[in-house]
Parts: sequence; C-alpha cells; structure tokens
Amino acid sequence: MKEEIIVSGRMNSMIDPTLHIWHWQIPLYLFLGGMAAGILCFAALYYLRGREKEYLTAVRVAPFLAPILLVIGLLALFADLRHRMYFWQLYANIRMQSPMSWGAWTLMVITPVSFIWSALHIRDIFPEWNWRYKWLFNLEVFFNRHKTALAWIMLIFGLILGIYTGILLSAFNARPLWNTSILGPLFLASGLSAGAATIIFLSKDPAERKQFAKIDLAIIGIELFLIIHMFMGYLASSQVQIEAARMFLGGEYTASFWIFVVILGLIIPALLEILELRKYHIPAVVSPLLVIFGSFMLRFIIVYAGQMSRYLY
Amino acid sequence: MTSRREFIRISFLGAGALALGTGGCRIFGTDRLPGGITDPENGKGRIPTYCELCFWKCAGWVYKTPEGDIWKIVGNDDDQHCNGRLCPRGTGGTGMYYDGDRLKRPLIRTSQRGKQVFREAEWDEALAYIAVRMKKISSEYGPESMALFTHGSGSSNFINLFRAYGSANIAEPSYAQCRGPRDEAFIATFGEEVYSPEITDIRDTRCLVLIGSHIGENMHNSQVQEMSDAIDKGAVIITVDPRFSTAAGKSKYWLPIKPATDMALLLAWMHEIIYNDYYDRKYVEKYCLGFDQLKAHVRDFTPEWAHGITTIAPDIIRKTAREMANASPAVLVHPGRHVTWYGDDTQRSRAIAILNALLGSWGRRGGFYRPARYELPSPVLPAYPEPSRTWADLFPGKYPGAGLPVTNALIDGSIPENNPAYPIKGWIVNACNLMLTVPDQAKTIKAIQNLDLVVAVDTMPMEITGWADVVLPECTYLERYDVLRTNPHRKPAIALRMPAAEPMYDTRPGYRIARELALKLDLEPWFPFEKQEDLLDWQLKQAGLSLDELKKTGVKNFERENDDIYIGDDEEVEFPTDSGKIELYSSYYEQMGFDPLPKYTPHEEPPEGYYRLIYGRAPMHTFSRTSNNPNLTDLMDENSVWVNPKVAKEWGMVNDQYIRLKNQDDVVSEFPVKVRVTERIRWDSVYMVHGFGHAQKQMKRCFGKGASDTQLITRIMTDPVMGGTGMRGNFVTFITEKAGKEAES
Amino acid sequence: MRYAMAADTLKCVGCSDCVVACQAENKVPIGYCRDWIVEVTDGTYPVLEMEIRSERCNHCVNAPCVRCCPTGASRYIEGGIVVVVPDKCIGCGACIASCPYDARYPHPAGYVDKCTFCAHRIKKGMDPACVAVCPTKCLYFGDLHDPNSDVSQVLRKRKHKTLVPEAGTDPQLYFLI
Ligand SMILES: Nc1nc2c(c(=O)[nH]1)N[C@H]1C(S)=C(S)[C@@H](COP(=O)(O)OP(=O)(O)OC[C@H]3O[C@@H](n4cnc5c(=O)[nH]c(N)nc54)[C@H](O)[C@@H]3O)O[C@H]1N2
Ligand SMILES: Nc1nc2c(c(=O)[nH]1)N[C@H]1C(S)=C(S)[C@@H](COP(=O)(O)OP(=O)(O)OC[C@H]3O[C@@H](n4cnc5c(=O)[nH]c(N)nc54)[C@H](O)[C@@H]3O)O[C@H]1N2
Ligand code: SF4
Ligand code: SF4
Ligand code: SF4
Ligand code: SF4
Ligand code: SF4
Ligand SMILES: [Mo]
Repeated sequence: MKEEIIVSGRMNSMIDPTLHIWHWQIPLYLFLGGMAAGILCFAALYYLRGREKEYLTAVRVAPFLAPILLVIGLLALFADLRHRMYFWQLYANIRMQSPMSWGAWTLMVITPVSFIWSALHIRDIFPEWNWRYKWLFNLEVFFNRHKTALAWIMLIFGLILGIYTGILLSAFNARPLWNTSILGPLFLASGLSAGAATIIFLSKDPAERKQFAKIDLAIIGIELFLIIHMFMGYLASSQVQIEAARMFLGGEYTASFWIFVVILGLIIPALLEILELRKYHIPAVVSPLLVIFGSFMLRFIIVYAGQMSRYLY
Repeated sequence: MTSRREFIRISFLGAGALALGTGGCRIFGTDRLPGGITDPENGKGRIPTYCELCFWKCAGWVYKTPEGDIWKIVGNDDDQHCNGRLCPRGTGGTGMYYDGDRLKRPLIRTSQRGKQVFREAEWDEALAYIAVRMKKISSEYGPESMALFTHGSGSSNFINLFRAYGSANIAEPSYAQCRGPRDEAFIATFGEEVYSPEITDIRDTRCLVLIGSHIGENMHNSQVQEMSDAIDKGAVIITVDPRFSTAAGKSKYWLPIKPATDMALLLAWMHEIIYNDYYDRKYVEKYCLGFDQLKAHVRDFTPEWAHGITTIAPDIIRKTAREMANASPAVLVHPGRHVTWYGDDTQRSRAIAILNALLGSWGRRGGFYRPARYELPSPVLPAYPEPSRTWADLFPGKYPGAGLPVTNALIDGSIPENNPAYPIKGWIVNACNLMLTVPDQAKTIKAIQNLDLVVAVDTMPMEITGWADVVLPECTYLERYDVLRTNPHRKPAIALRMPAAEPMYDTRPGYRIARELALKLDLEPWFPFEKQEDLLDWQLKQAGLSLDELKKTGVKNFERENDDIYIGDDEEVEFPTDSGKIELYSSYYEQMGFDPLPKYTPHEEPPEGYYRLIYGRAPMHTFSRTSNNPNLTDLMDENSVWVNPKVAKEWGMVNDQYIRLKNQDDVVSEFPVKVRVTERIRWDSVYMVHGFGHAQKQMKRCFGKGASDTQLITRIMTDPVMGGTGMRGNFVTFITEKAGKEAES
Repeated sequence: MRYAMAADTLKCVGCSDCVVACQAENKVPIGYCRDWIVEVTDGTYPVLEMEIRSERCNHCVNAPCVRCCPTGASRYIEGGIVVVVPDKCIGCGACIASCPYDARYPHPAGYVDKCTFCAHRIKKGMDPACVAVCPTKCLYFGDLHDPNSDVSQVLRKRKHKTLVPEAGTDPQLYFLI
C-alpha cells in the first residue's frame, strides 16, 4: 500500500482538502459573458451582412440583454474578489499573458459598446423614447453614422470575449481537467449556442427562429464532437488527466454532467429542434431554455470539477 | 467508599470575568514593504528564556514586536541543548502564552445547591484555605501525610516548601512512569545514570541502536539533531520497533520485532558478541565484573532461539551484532527514556547497559560521554525537619530498588483499603496532569476521593484541576523567572529564563506561589529571597557572575575543568558502584532477591480479536500539555489509531472512519478516534499518540478530540525492582458501529 | 542570482518545525500555512520505504502564477523569488488556480499569500526561517549561480528530483533522494 499524507495538518481554507477558490460567481460570470458574446456576435454578424431587417430580433432586440448580462457578470466577478478595495488595479495594468487581464479589458471595451448598440435601437423597444439632453442626440447621430465600425468592434471583441471564457480555464494547466485546448472552442460554442437560443426564445418571426434553430443545431453538433474529443484526449493523456476524466466517467460528476449538460442541454434540445424543423409542433420555449440551462451547467460543472483535479496528493 | 467528591468538571461562577483577555488565535497585522515583501523582522530586543514545552529545556530568545506583543521564540546559538534550533513545540511555545483557555484566577471548590462547582477567589484566600488544611493534616497525621507530585522546572519551589514543611513524599511521574527503570539499571551497572539530556554521544557514533526509542518523533532536540549529523557521517542505524517509526525509515536495519520480546533479542546479541569475540576484550577485562557468569548465562540464547520469540531472522541478528562490533567502541545502544513497558523494564534496561559495557561504549567517543555540570552555590537555609517517614515506609519492602519516590506508591498510600503504614491525606500536584499521566485512572480517582486536600498548580484547566479543591493558576514560562538551568552536558553551562511579559490575568510565578504559601505556613526562613530573581542574582554573584550579564547572553558555557569527556587509554577508572567496577553481574540485585543477570520472561499476548495497544509521541506535541496550544493544534488536532491494512480489511474499517476502542477490561474510549490505515504498524498491534482524548471542556480546542491511551491502560505490569508502571500489556478491540463523530459531553 | 532550496527527504523527520517557524516568522494567521509536510510510505509491512518532504512554493522559473496574474501583483524579484505585492493584489484567485503545487492561499486580509523565501531575511544575510530552525538541518538554501552556496554544493553531491516537472514550471525546490 502506498500512503501519501500531509502530516503538518495543512488546512488553508479554500485550498484544502481540495481547491474551491472559485464559487458560483466565476461560472456565472463565464456563462453570462459567453451568452452575451454569442448575442453580440450574431447581432454584429447579421448587421454587417446587411440582414438587419430580416433578423430584427438578432440585431436589435436580443442585444438589449447583453449589457444587463455583462453588468451582472461583472458584478459577479467583483463579488468573487477578496481584496475588493484594490479592484482598480485590474485597470491599472495590461498583462497580455494573463487571460484574466485581457478578459477584463475586453469587458471594458465591449460593455460600453453593448450599451451604445442598445441605445441605438432603443426605439425598437420604447417607440416614444427621447433623449433628455442634446448631446445625447448628437452622440446617437455620431454612432449611427459609424454603426459599421461599431459592429466590427462588437464582432471582434465578442469573439474574444467568447473565447476568453473558455481560455481562462484552459490557461490553468495546474488543473488537469482544464488543461485542454478544447475547452476554449467548447465554451465559445456553448456561448454562441446560448446566444442563438436567446434569439430563438425572443424572436416571434418563424423564419428567424428557423434560421437560428439551424445554427444552434450545427453548434450543438460541434459541441458534442468537442466533448467526445475532450474525453478521448484526457484518456490518452497522463495519469492525472485520466483521473480528471474519471470524475465524469463513473466519478462524482458523472450523473450531473451527462444528464444536465449532455442529455438535457444538448441532445434533447437538438432532437426538439430537428422535430420543429420538420414541422412538428413543439412549445417554442422548451428547447432554447434547455440549451441555456445546459450552457450554464457546463460552466458550473467544469469550474467545480476542475478545482477538484490536481497533480499532487 | 466515601464518595466525598464526585467528578465535576470546573464550571466557573461569574462568567463575566471570563470575557477578559481572549489572547489566543490572533491574526497579526501585516506590515508591508515595497516589493511586496512583508517584513515581520521589526521586533525590538530579545529576552532570554529556556523552553518549558518539554524537559529538554532548550535555551532560546523571545522576540517581541514593537507593540510589545510576544512574536516568536528562537533557539540560542550557544546552547548545547538546542544549538540555535528549537523543536516544533518550542517554536510553538508562544501558543501556550496566547491560549485564551488558560487558567486565569485561583479557584476554590464550593458546593452550590447540591452541585459542586468552583468559584473564583483571591490569591490570599486560596492560599489561606490551603494553609489551614495543611496545618490540620500535619497536626492530625504528621507532615508526611502530604504528598507532592511535580514535574518540570518549577519543581524546586514546591520541593523546598515540602521539605521545610516536613515531608519528603515528593514524586515525579518522570520516574515511575518514564525513566526510572533505565536509571536504576544504569546505576546498578555503571554506578551512574544517563541523565537528562542523555549523555549519549550520538553526534560521533558509528552505530546507533534504537530499542523502541523513536527519535524524530520523540523530539528531544539535540538528540534529533545529532542523529541527523550521524546520518550525514554515515553511521549505521539499527532500529528495533514493531512499528515503522520515522527513525526506522532512516535506518539501515529495521527489526520489526514482535512487541514485548526485546529481552530475547538483547540476550541473543550478547550471545553473538561474546561467543564471536566481538566484545571489547581489553575494556571488559579492565573495567567489568562478572563476565564469566554472563558468558555462561547467555550460552543458549542463540539467534535461532531469539528468532522463535522475536520473529527476527537469525541472520539479521548476526549481521546487526557484527555491525555493532565493527563500530565498537563508537557504538551506542540507546538506553531509551520512556521505558516503563512490560514490568521487567529495569531488567531490560540492564541488558542494554550490559550490551554497552561489552561493546566498550560507556565513557567512549561515539558511545556515552562523561558529563560535566556547573555547580551553582545555593543559599544556606535552616536544616529541613527530618521526616519521620518516607514513601518507602508506606509499604515496607516494596520496590527496594527504587532510588526515588514512586508516584503510584503515594497514590496507593492514599487508599485506606491498601493498608498503608500511614495515610496520605493531601496532595499538591504541580505541573503534572496525573489523570492522563498515571495509568489506571480509576485508582487515581479512588485515591483522590479519600483525601482531605487536593491542590493543583497548573497553567491550563487540565483534567487534574477538575479534581482539585483549590486550583492555583501559574503564569507560563514566558512570564516568569525560574531556577537557573544547570543540567550536565558536554560542557558545564548555565541558562537563564526571565519573563518576556508580565503575567497575564491573575496568574503568578511558581516561586511566588510557593513562597506566599510558605509564609502562611510560617516557613519563611526557607524562603529568604522575596523574589526568584533575587535568588538568581545572589547565586550568580556568589559564583562571580552577574544576572545582568546573563540577561545579555542567556546561556553561559564554561570549559571543563579537565579534559576527561572520554575515558583515556589505559585510564584507571573507579566506577561509582559498590565494587568500583562495571557490574555485568549485579550482586546488588541478587541481594535484593532479583535476577543478577537479565532473563527473558514471556509476556501475555493479545487474545483473538484484540490488539496490543502501543503508544508514543508525535513530534509536534508533548504529552497532554500541548493538545490545546493553538499553534500546535494547527499542526495536529487529534490523534488517530494506526491499524495495519490487513486488520482494517478484516474489520471493514477505512481511513478517517471514527471508531471507539475497548480494552480487555471492557473500558471503552470516551471519545471516538479516527482510523489511520497504514503499513507502518504490525498486524498484532495498534498505535496511538499519547496525550489526546481530553475530557475537560474548558480546553475548547482539544476537548473530545481523539482517544486517550491512558484511559485504556487499566492493567499495569508493575516493575518489582523500582515500581515502574509497565503500560504496554493492554489489548484493545474495535467498536466500529455508531462510534459517533461528535464528541459527547 | 538564482535562489533555490533543497530539502533532504532522507533526513527530514516530518516534525513540522519548519511550518511553525514560518508561521511565527511571517505572522501567518492560525489556520493557514506557507509550507507543509508530506509523508509517503510505500511497500508492505515489513518491507517499507519512507520519503518525507517539506514543501512550499517552488519559486518556479516559468511561474504560471506570475503569468496569469491580471494586475502584476504576482511578480519576480531579485534572485527569481516569486512574491505577491499585497497592495496590487485584487484577490481574484487566478494565481491560486494556476499553481500546480497549491502553494498559495488567500490571506484572510484579502490578498493572496505564499512563501517568499523569507526575502526580508535573506536581504540581511540570514537564512529563511524554516531553514534556520530545522532540527535535522535538512533544508539547504542559497544561490544556484554561486557554486559554493549550500544548495549548489548539496545538489552537486546528491541525487535529487523536483515535483511535477511535467507541469513545465521549472521548479526551484529540489528534493534530495
Ligand atoms: N515530541 C515529543 N517528544 C518527546 C516527548 C513528547 O511528549 N513529545 N516526551 C519526551 C519524554 S519525557 C520521553 S520519556 C521520551 C519518550 O520517547 P522514547 O523513549 O523514544 O519513547 P518510547 O515510549 O520508548 O517509544 C515509543 C516507541 O516504542 C515502540 N514500541 C512499542 N512497543 C514496543 C516493544 O515492545 N518493543 C520495542 N522495541 N518498541 C516498542 C513504539 O512503536 C514507538 O515507536 O520522549 C521525549 N520526547
Ligand atoms: N498513557 C501514557 N502515560 C504516560 C506516558 C505515555 O506515553 N502514555 N508517558 C509518560 C512519561 S514518559 C512522562 S515523562 C509523563 C509526563 O507526565 P506529565 O509531566 O504529567 O506531562 P503532561 O501530561 O504534559 O502534564 C503536564 C502538566 O503540566 C502543566 N504545565 C505545563 N507548563 C506548566 C507550568 O509552567 N507551570 C505549571 N504549574 N504547570 C504547567 C500542563 O498544563 C499539564 O497539566 O507521562 C507518563 N505517562
Ligand atoms: S526539545 Fe523542544 S519542547 Fe523540549 S525544551 Fe527543547 S525546544 Fe522545548
Ligand atoms: S523542520 Fe526539518 S526535519 Fe522538521 S519537518 Fe521541516 S524539514 Fe523536516
Ligand atoms: S510553486 Fe506555484 S506559487 Fe510558487 S512560483 Fe511556482 S506556480 Fe507560482
Ligand atoms: S489573486 Fe492577486 S496575485 Fe493572484 S492573480 Fe489575482 S491579483 Fe494576482
Ligand atoms: S522560506 Fe520563509 S516563507 Fe518560505 S516556507 Fe520557509 S519560512 Fe516560510
Ligand atoms: Mo518521560
């Protein structure tokens, strides 16, 4: 028998016996960020492709959620900090090697952009809207004139944000579970999928819903592919990664991951969407809600399980 | 049986007063420096002390923060006991001072609506209470009916008090529960004991043999340091232990002996060494007496014979004997320290002494060095009254080989049914926690129930204080002066302890407690100095030294008068035995009716389903005294019971599962204890660290944590020579169902 | 200059003195620690082997904790020592998650704390507190670029290993085996 124990009673709270430095705030932040990124990317994409009129929900309505999601996400991030009075230090430094840093800066760019985008379309929601000050009118005019540039910024930073939510974790190769390059694309896909689902959920236009159901189906297919590859990668890798994978293959995260993320969050909504595309009547809200729920669970489970996987002891 | 006292744990009246001073567990502020490095090294000055976390008494420095808080304790570089490095307990000594659960005020037992509780009292009242009862005991039964149990550096104050009062019934648990058998055996053989710190020359040994001594877990400081030095120098280490001790992990040979059979191994080694002519012939011929008898005695004790008893393979016994011979005389068969195991401990220690004599290691480099002590002048006091009776008169003829009073004899003498020649009616218990220190708790409790007075002087609300009529809170060693440390060592030395802080709460130094009690007993002439420091000052002045000087250095080493640390070639030596020789054959023991040469006697083995309970030390704790120390509980807050994986499987036990233990007399451990499944223990034994399983609620950190080995040691194998309490003849089984994780009250 | 430490797993007795000494020296609050002891026993009774390791931050040459810190609070100082500047640290925990050795902990004051190699002591020419206290003298510290430093000498003489080298951090805490 091999016995490996810490005999000096190490009990650093939040590190021992397993790491639990990140609680609900971080996965929530990643989820909201990912979803907002998805929404903003689609909005920018369809605007740039000149399809604003056809995809009104995608370009104009859904983005109203983005600033809300981002602000809540930022608040969650802030809530997670332990030395909050020094929060400003995040914006006193640019650290290119730190995903956390460029995530913070990306948010710094995309959050105001999302506010501006919403402001440009505020009359879609409140037709009577009037800016109280003259300079706000002028600003609106200014941004409307440069809307294409704005959309490009939104698209690029939306993609960065989406990837960032995945890369943040995979940058930590100290946690064998996170130490896979698949996590970035997977989280990006999951964010886009949640964004598409939001649009489906909000849209009243059958054509738009159909288009996004197709997109969502494709993304779900990609996600399933990535998940399978991720596990094949773990199992073909070092002992610690095999052990990390075991948490999902018989270990304590098996049921929650396969039921909530894969079956409820991916396979069932995919089936429902296929049926819907084949003109079966399915309540419109079920599948997008499941997708959003699955995307949310994916972050939670990966963040929590990752903190249980380690190299030593 | 008059149940005068039921066991009531201290409950305080006037809880309001308790709100004061929650010293322990504080989070220090952090000073920040540019560059992100915190610099705690900003203390001012340092105060000399020597450590009281165990009896090695390492000298160190107390550092304080600029705010005046005690910050850290660091070893004194000049000190031979520690060489500038304290052990974990000594380093964590600050926790003793900051422990918010400390005793804070004198307490007197009261009866209140049928319930016996304690109330806080003024010092004057508490001391007067004691004085009245001591005077009464003296006049009714004689002063010898008062017994003192004491341990540690504060002992001298109370010993002086007792001698002045007229009683020499002064016992330390470090004798009959610890080193007594060893010291008697070495005195019988070499005429001299091995002292504390032991005069073992581990630093220069080429072969170190450890019979159970688990150095490394037994953290007696310079021994651990020297063992490490010896490893560096390539010394061979042979460890005999049924458990894979830390020392065993560092040994070339680990002999996983069947417990209780060491004597057979020792005899076989003697056989090998004698019959292969491995012994130091010149040394034996010149200095030893009784070689021929020994040779005849061990003729049949072959390795094959020992194999059947010890389970150690004959060729290993041969090989290890040769290793010792190769290193001789720089070989050290360590005498151990806590040796009260199986009741024949004096004889086992004799075997160890004899083995050392055969190898010529006594008085030789790498064996045992000859110690030197600094003799400090003591003030001339009036002669003590001659006690008409001593502990030995309680039960005449018992323990004839005991050179010091036996704790358990004094306890027996407190129980009328035992028909002692005279009764013990009162105890003062200073700095020893008898409930966890002396086995057979039921007997100790019975004794207490027959007493007229029990006083406990302690720093913590330990179990013994719960049984006292009066509890006197002493301040910790960091808050007081104490006697100058003059233990013998390679070089004579003295070390100073002085207060690093004022006594917290309403606590007082032992000297002051003893002196003020003496005043109330009209014994002032024996306490001519008002304060401890006045005495130290006087002593140092007499020696041509000064207290102020010593405050600056903490330790003062002196050169030896003669260059005599080892026996010189061809030196004529007169050993302080009756014969002036090293007595391999002990006529003295023969006269007393004991075996003149050690013999192997088999000991009882655990019955089916039971396992031998063995115990030892964890490096970060000292007995029961540190279990509540915040710094040290941080490292280890409960003990576990070590179980071999085979046994665990048989019982369906898993790591970290809580169980209870039940011994052969159906005593069940009061608190649940965690299982540690480990290959480090034999399948016929279980192992526990001594000092846990505290039942005293006032100690919040350690209450109910782990199990107490003492509670399960109800069968005692008493050493007929000197009264040592052999504690390893107890067997336990497991209660795995409903062990209850939560400690119950 | 390149500071490094070596811990002798054969002489260490696992007493944890290095842990208490560090806590005292650096005022690490009770309940937290910057170093810790791992005991490994391998084999079947009575054929057993034991390795005892005194572990702490490895002051990695390629430190992920420094890389992932968004504010620069985690940084290298002279001699390759990795430290946290409390006043720059936002307590985001990224560095904790990034350390394969779990060598960091969130200090109750909010910032993240870890072993500093006792930079405040070595600046004064003293050994780190854990090295200075160790009763078995089994910890060696010094400058790897100085061939005469304790740590250089012992690494030349003895076989050694590092922990989790596959994490690619280039750790500078060596274990003598
Ligand atoms: N950290 C720490 N160090 C201490 C102390 C402390 O409280 N804490 N106390 C100090 C004091 S006062 C003393 S007396 C010493 C005691 O220290 P030692 O003299 O070293 O103690 P022992 O009780 O003899 O040794 C315990 C060892 O004996 C083994 N053992 C059990 N049964 C047998 C047997 O039948 N045969 C053999 N060969 N071995 C057996 C156990 O497995 C265990 O490893 O420690 C001193 N050092
Ligand atoms: N079951 C079992 N019993 C044993 C042993 C064992 O291993 N197992 N070991 C035996 C050995 S080797 C020995 S030496 C003895 C030791 O036995 P003890 O000397 O009784 O040791 P402790 O249990 O540490 O109790 C010390 C007491 O002194 C108190 N104290 C500490 N510092 C001070 C102080 O400065 N002033 C005062 N007034 N009090 C203080 C503590 O609070 C505690 O109550 O135990 C023996 N008994
Ligand atoms: S050995 Fe440790 S506990 Fe004992 S006196 Fe020395 S430093 Fe103190
Ligand atoms: S102080 Fe030294 S011997 Fe003790 S655990 Fe630390 S490194 Fe090991
Ligand atoms: S051990 Fe961990 S904390 Fe230390 S430098 Fe390496 S990665 Fe950073
Ligand atoms: S917790 Fe502090 S040191 Fe660690 S990464 Fe965040 S800001 Fe940097
Ligand atoms: S080097 Fe200093 S900070 Fe690091 S573990 Fe040792 S004592 Fe603690
Ligand atoms: Mo002892």
